[in-house]
Amino acid sequence: MGRGPGYVCPVPVWLSDHEYATLRAACAQMMPSDQGGPGAEEGGVADYIDGFLGAFTFDPPRIWAGGPFSGRHGGEASFSRFHRLSRLDELAWRMRIEGSQGMAEREFNGPVVGLQQHYREGLAALGEDFVEVDGKEQRRRLRADERFCALLWDHCCEGMYGAPEYGGNRNGVGWAYIDYEGDVQPRGYSDAEVSQP
Amino acid sequence: MSEVSADAVIIGSGPGGATAAEVLTRAGWSVVIVEKGRNHLLDPDDMTRPSGGYSNDEIKFITRHFLGPDPLVEPRAFRVSADDGEHTHVGEVNSIPTTVGGGGTHADGKVPRFREEDFRMLSVNGPQEDAHVDDWPLDYDELEPYYAEVEKAIGVSGRQGANPFAAWRSGPYPMPPGAPMYGAVLSSAAAERVGLHPYEAPTAANSIAYDGRPACNNCGFCAFFGCPIHAKGDPVALLTKAMATGRCELMAETCVSRILIEGSRATGIEYIDADGSMHTMDAKLVIVAGGAIETPRLLLLSGLDHPALGRHLMVHFQTIVVGHFSQLRLHPYKGRAVTHVHDDAMIQDEASRAAAKKAGLPWFRGGMVEHSGGGLPIMEARYTPWGRLHAQAMRDSNMRERMWAFIMQGEDLAYSTNMVDLSPSIRDARGLPVARITYAPGKHELAASKHHGKILQKVLEEMGAEFVIHTSSPGVSYNELGTTPRPESRHVIGTARMGDDPATSVVDRWGRVHNLDNVVVADSSVFVTASGYGPTLTLVALAARAAHHLAGTAPALVDWL
Repeated sequence: MGRGPGYVCPVPVWLSDHEYATLRAACAQMMPSDQGGPGAEEGGVADYIDGFLGAFTFDPPRIWAGGPFSGRHGGEASFSRFHRLSRLDELAWRMRIEGSQGMAEREFNGPVVGLQQHYREGLAALGEDFVEVDGKEQRRRLRADERFCALLWDHCCEGMYGAPEYGGNRNGVGWAYIDYEGDVQPRGYSDAEVSQP
Repeated sequence: MSEVSADAVIIGSGPGGATAAEVLTRAGWSVVIVEKGRNHLLDPDDMTRPSGGYSNDEIKFITRHFLGPDPLVEPRAFRVSADDGEHTHVGEVNSIPTTVGGGGTHADGKVPRFREEDFRMLSVNGPQEDAHVDDWPLDYDELEPYYAEVEKAIGVSGRQGANPFAAWRSGPYPMPPGAPMYGAVLSSAAAERVGLHPYEAPTAANSIAYDGRPACNNCGFCAFFGCPIHAKGDPVALLTKAMATGRCELMAETCVSRILIEGSRATGIEYIDADGSMHTMDAKLVIVAGGAIETPRLLLLSGLDHPALGRHLMVHFQTIVVGHFSQLRLHPYKGRAVTHVHDDAMIQDEASRAAAKKAGLPWFRGGMVEHSGGGLPIMEARYTPWGRLHAQAMRDSNMRERMWAFIMQGEDLAYSTNMVDLSPSIRDARGLPVARITYAPGKHELAASKHHGKILQKVLEEMGAEFVIHTSSPGVSYNELGTTPRPESRHVIGTARMGDDPATSVVDRWGRVHNLDNVVVADSSVFVTASGYGPTLTLVALAARAAHHLAGTAPALVDWL
């Protein structure tokens, strides 16, 4: 089971140090920071993905941030109080993250390969030397594995533009660069902001 | 079997079940609501109040199934036709939330009434080959008092007289419309110049403080999100009212696996609790409100055998026409998800009759057209290429800021081949057979989509679009963008249709299952035709009508201001 609220999570949470370095390099190719804007490095995108893969390291598991407000636009900051999972929720998210691992209760419709295995294999396929090769080669290797590339891209987008409480979008850099205010409750927008250019 | 003293057991806490609970408890009945999803809607310490579980969180609601169902543990099977074999897909299929509050929690709150014609499709328009076009066993006039009652109960904003095609009303909307989106101001003006008749969408979101809930503050997280401040009234307003009577018990995370039937009566329910243990409960009356996929699934699991059960699934064939505006920032993420709509595509004219004739059809109808923009940042990012140009592309925001769209909820006709049955092999995590959906649009839907899509393109061009793209849900070959063959409308309709003839309909004019004395269906399963309007308000009005009939009461226009 997860660890209590006093626990300070290690970095990386779930990946090995080498896998984490490979993931950071891959994310940086997908969202580079060399165009005057923040990239995956500034956004902490790899931390978002590593934290997701290690969601069950935490108690409650870091699957659903709390509500109703983040505190960024007023109200009490409650996003950081993650929801507890029901038995069925936990089954679903362990299946999705850990895979079925041969357990009968997770294989009612057959085996399920989890995200952890997809990442372990996908990062390994990028090569032991991925962090050392140049950017062009890194991009070539990423494109060579379309399926892993698509999975990684989906998670990069979540890590860069999702709520910071999930570990990415550090200090809201993803939102700030695109002039997006994120979760605006309880302030909301005025009628004039809605109806005018 | 555990005994229950409640007068009725209601299966499902969405708009239909919540309405039945509110009407019956107001009449003095006691009810137990059994809901298989979790309770994120009501305060667990005081269920007369909403909770604080909802938030402006794209990860939680869009990518992580917070409102359920999670397709890993509650999947569905899908195929386009029986020729595909057992199924072509297992996972998410046009699901509506599995949670306390059901489909009302994620809806953006558009709640139009049907029009008079919608209840008399066979009489007004005549038959269509291969489709089961029928009249309903009730008409608009009979339903109007219930529309009026539930509009007040959930709190609907709108402007009487704004829609020239609207059915008659016995009174004004409870609230005025909310603030129009900037993009909708522009698209409405363009639509009027093309000769269409846009109007403020009737919306179950407070434009003023109403019924103890605040006015909507335009946060923009409407469609697919629960409202953090509960300005959306459906179904939280109904559930909290029912709970406040002290005569309503809510059992969340409780999945009914079977209705127990002996002869012509249901004697109880069999259910699986949150720990996975199976129980039974006595029931004097069972009201089924699981939606038009889960309701036929449960009735089939319960052993009901009727040739029409599960047949005639309708979903609204969506025509999506998107324009790009490089010189504008339309910011559709500010405000309600949709503030304007128009109904012209549901009104047959000379051009549509000619197009129908050309397609070999006696007639066709489109559906209500929603004026809306597109997307939140994660969704936009996924459509943006990765690499060096990504950050600037997101800053330019060709989708989130510079796109405007029309979505036509095209009327589906009822085909017996479009259906819900039980998957022969796929199970949910509780071990129950899942629903299998077989669905393909017919000639009517495709012809109407093609005709009205061209008109919507003209409007976007009039608005100033540099280019326009057509697509649909489900996708079909003539579209410029490929999409999944699975419907994604989140509207599900018609799998236990009502009628006076037990041979051709599953329930009677009051929603009671033919030949079962004490089982009533109170959701959109009972619809005879789909219309081109969202089903929520009509299913809520029908649920109220069914509940009043059971209780022997009449609709009351309670002012909740």
